[in-house]
Formats: sequence, structure tokens, C-alpha cells
Amino acid sequence: MAEPKPFHVADLPGVGPTALLVFAGLYAPILTLVVYSFNASPSVATWDGFTFDWYLKAWGNAAVMNAAANSLIVATLAAVLSTALATLAALGTTRRPAFFGITAVYAAINQPLMVPEIVTAVALLIVVAAIKAATGYAGLGYLVVAHTAFCIPFAYLPIRARLEGMDLTLETAAADLYASPWQSFRFVTLPQLAPGILAGGMLAFVTSLDDVVITEFIKSPGQDTLPTYMLGQLRRAMTPDINALSAALLGLTLVLLSGFFLLSRRKS
Amino acid sequence: MSAAEAALRARTTRNAWLLVTPALVVLSAAAIAPLALVLVYSFLTPGDYGNVVWSFSLNGWQKVVVERDIFDETLHLAEAHLTIFWRSVSLSLVTTVLSFFAGFPTAWFIATRPANQRAIWLFLITLPFWTNLLIRTFAINQIIRNEGLLNTLLLNLGVISTPLQMTYTEGALLVGMVYVYLPLMVLPLYAALERFDLRLLEAAYDLYATRWQVLTRVVLPIARPGIVAGSILVFVPCLGAYVTPRLLGGGKLMMLGNFIELQFGQGRNWPLGAALSIVLLVIVMAALLVYVRAINGEKRHG
Repeated sequence: MAEPKPFHVADLPGVGPTALLVFAGLYAPILTLVVYSFNASPSVATWDGFTFDWYLKAWGNAAVMNAAANSLIVATLAAVLSTALATLAALGTTRRPAFFGITAVYAAINQPLMVPEIVTAVALLIVVAAIKAATGYAGLGYLVVAHTAFCIPFAYLPIRARLEGMDLTLETAAADLYASPWQSFRFVTLPQLAPGILAGGMLAFVTSLDDVVITEFIKSPGQDTLPTYMLGQLRRAMTPDINALSAALLGLTLVLLSGFFLLSRRKS
Repeated sequence: MSAAEAALRARTTRNAWLLVTPALVVLSAAAIAPLALVLVYSFLTPGDYGNVVWSFSLNGWQKVVVERDIFDETLHLAEAHLTIFWRSVSLSLVTTVLSFFAGFPTAWFIATRPANQRAIWLFLITLPFWTNLLIRTFAINQIIRNEGLLNTLLLNLGVISTPLQMTYTEGALLVGMVYVYLPLMVLPLYAALERFDLRLLEAAYDLYATRWQVLTRVVLPIARPGIVAGSILVFVPCLGAYVTPRLLGGGKLMMLGNFIELQFGQGRNWPLGAALSIVLLVIVMAALLVYVRAINGEKRHG
């Protein structure tokens, strides 16, 4: 009788090649985009040599700069606000006995993750249209509030994860040494929690920076962020300066995410 | 419980509510209350130039499935709407299945790497996920459009003489959505596989289980929570997809998300758009309910 072939979970036939194909498939389009953002020819058909022209062209475009400024303002404010709210919420929902209504609190915090973005966008459009009609205000405030809300779960998760890994002994020791609750929070809890807060803030910033659908629905005319500006341009024609813009945004995301991963690996 | 303990407990609970209230206020104002308004708007009359007139009407809900003939006023099924519904559901299902077949070997591959290498492979999966959805769709479009890289390559190699029309087809939507949502399948599958020592499978095999038995009796039960979670995480955003069908379907191949947007734009029928949003929300909630049940069932048995 023939011996059954040896069986190793790490090298099942076909698994390795399929996985590597998946990784290649994930990165090939993105890398193509980055490479062609440096192509002197405006078409992907030919490579005419290396250039920074498309970046300079995007940099010199007033509409792009305006959109970039809007994106940064909204993302910064939304990240700071949502991280502050998420930190408080995480302190209120961890390291204490479960209280009546905690399930509803979790559901509310995670709501932006469960409801399809298009539905939230439509809902906010209705509210914003009504407020605009009543008050005439058409500033960035709508975007800041909306982004803050949907960034809360992204900021909350890493902060909560960090808190759950911290026990209460240090806070108890501080209290025994007559630290006031504020002092014990400021000098004991906060320094330990800082990497989690920073990580949450970065995720919130990236989430806000990437948003297309909700922003597209509630922005006032002429009030583009980078993604909605790109969406508007893509409707017309593919231009290489959009490539350059995409590559630049990609670089920013890469930097923020690497930071996030370094921060969250340090805890373990 | 002594009076002091009860007082302490009441105080911690009160503090907890004080801490979560600011977040709840913002979420209620900018995420939860607006949803209730969508339901209200779905029962109002469309305004002539968009928005609504505040008088009750079932018109929006009726239009979800039927339309009134402009000549003889008879009602008949709105086939165009049903086509969009069917396209959304079927493309989302197929995307989920394709993502599973690409995602499972990938998750397996990562879970069977040496422990110190797994973080890097995981990072490689997470990175595209956090990259702007618009940019990823745009990147795919660069590859498959008529003047794109793939057509250029094939033309230069002489394989084809005219560019293949790949964009604006359902195939393009599938490729785009699998590309965009695949990481959401891989991550929970990996999380499920990683909890187990997969070398135990080698033990099952040594005990003369066939490969098929190992797969159906050991691997699939282990991976089940990951399969359920991954499928939901892919299916739900596909169903509400807006950017990918808009860029790759080119307005011709609308999905539910684009159809909803149309009602708030050129369609000027906000109540219909609101009703469609509620329909989408209900389907998504049903899917999430299935997920919660599957996970709870898992806990009871495990």
C-alpha cells in the first residue's frame, strides 16, 4: 500500500502561488499609478522619461490647492474632535462594571461602521439642506461635524484596545497617595494611554481624508476636498496630474499608517 | 451590597454616562437622528425642483417597485428599478464568493508563515485597505480602460488589433469591487485561522483522515466565524457601493447607491431616494442580524 503523501499545512498545493498572485494583484495597479505619475508622456502607452511636471502642475493649480486646504482643515479638526470624544467614551466603557444601556452605547458608537455610507450621506444631505435653507450658513462646519461623527469608531477602537491592556493598579496606587482624580488621570492614565490616542487620531485623520461619498453629498458648491475634486475631474477625462495627486495622497496615507503600526506594535 | 458599595456603584455608572455623552450627542446629531428623517422624507411629496413638499404621500414607496404609465395611467412593474436591485444583489454576492476564493488561500498563507513574519504580510493586506477607495478604483481603471495598460500591452504584442472594451461592463464592476473589498475578507479569515494551531491538521492527516475530511470536518468549522464575518464585511459595502460603479460602470451600469444618488440629483425625487435608502438599510440590517446570530450560535456551541 502506498504511503499517503506527507501533509504540511504551510505548503498546501496552490496556496502559496494564489496568495502571491493576490498580493501582486493588490499592488500592481497602485504601483502602476505611482510609476506613471512620473511619466513625461501623458499617456500610459509610452514612457517618455522621468518628470516631476505633473506634480508641479497639480501644485500650481489653484483649485487643487483649495481642495487640499479644505481636506487638511476638515481632516485635522475632525481627527482632533473625534479622538477627544472617543477617548472620553473609551474611558467610560472600559475598566468598569457593565452598566445598563452599555449595549446601546456600543451600537451608537459603531453605527457609522454598520450603516452604508450612501444612506448616511443621503440622511445628512436632508439635514444640511434644511439647515442651509434656514440659516444660510454654507461653510466647512457641516463637513467637520459629519466627519467627526463617522471618525469616532475609528478613533475609539485603538484607544479602547490600549485601555483594556492597562489595569487599574497604578491609578489605585496614585489614589492611595492622595492624587486627586484629575491628577491621577493627567499623570498616570494619560501618559500610558497616549500611544493609543495618537494611533486613534491617525486612523481618524486617514478616514476623514479618504471620504468621498458623504462629502460629495453635503459640500456646498465650489467647496471641494481632494477626493471630491478628483471625482469631479475623473468624470471628464483622465489627466496625469490626477495621477500625481493620487500618488501624493497615497504617500501621505503610507506615512500615517506606518506611524500607526509602529505605535500599536509598541504596546505588545 | 452595603449602602456605601451601592453609592460607589451608582457614582461609577454616572461617571460612565458623563464620559460617553459627548460622543453620543455628536453621533445622534450627525448619524442617528438624520436616519429617522430619511424615513419621514420617504413619506412626503417630491418638490418640483428637488427637496420635498410637506404633505403625506406614498408615491415614493410605490415608485420603488411600480411605475405609472404616462399615457394610460396604469401601474406596472418598474423593470428598470428591479434590474438595478438585481444587479446590486447579484454583483455583491458574486464579489463575496470571488473574494472568498482569493482571500482564503491568502489568509491561510499568512497564518502558516513563521510568527515573526505574519505582521509584515498583514501590513501588506491592510495598506491597500486604508488607501483611498477612489484612488484604488482609479488605479484599476488605469489598467483596464481602452487606453489603459492592459490594452496597450496586448496591442503592442499583437494579441489584439482593437482595444478590448473592459470598462463599463459588469465584469469590470466585479474586478473593481473584488480589488477594493478583498482585504475585508482576508483579515477576519486570518483572525479565525490564526487562533488555532494549524499543525493539528497534520495530526488529523496522520490519523488517516482524507484531505476532503480534513477540509470539511476540521478546516471549515475552524474558519467558519471568519467566513461569516468576511462575507458580511464584503457584501454590505458592495451593496451600497457608489464610487466603484460610478467610475467603472460609467452611469450605464448603475447600482443601488448610484440610483439613490440619481434621485437626489437629476431625478429630483427625494422621497423615492429616501425610500430606496431605507430598503438598502433594511437589507444591510438583515445581513448583520444573520451575522450576529451566526456568531452567537458559535459561542453556544463552542
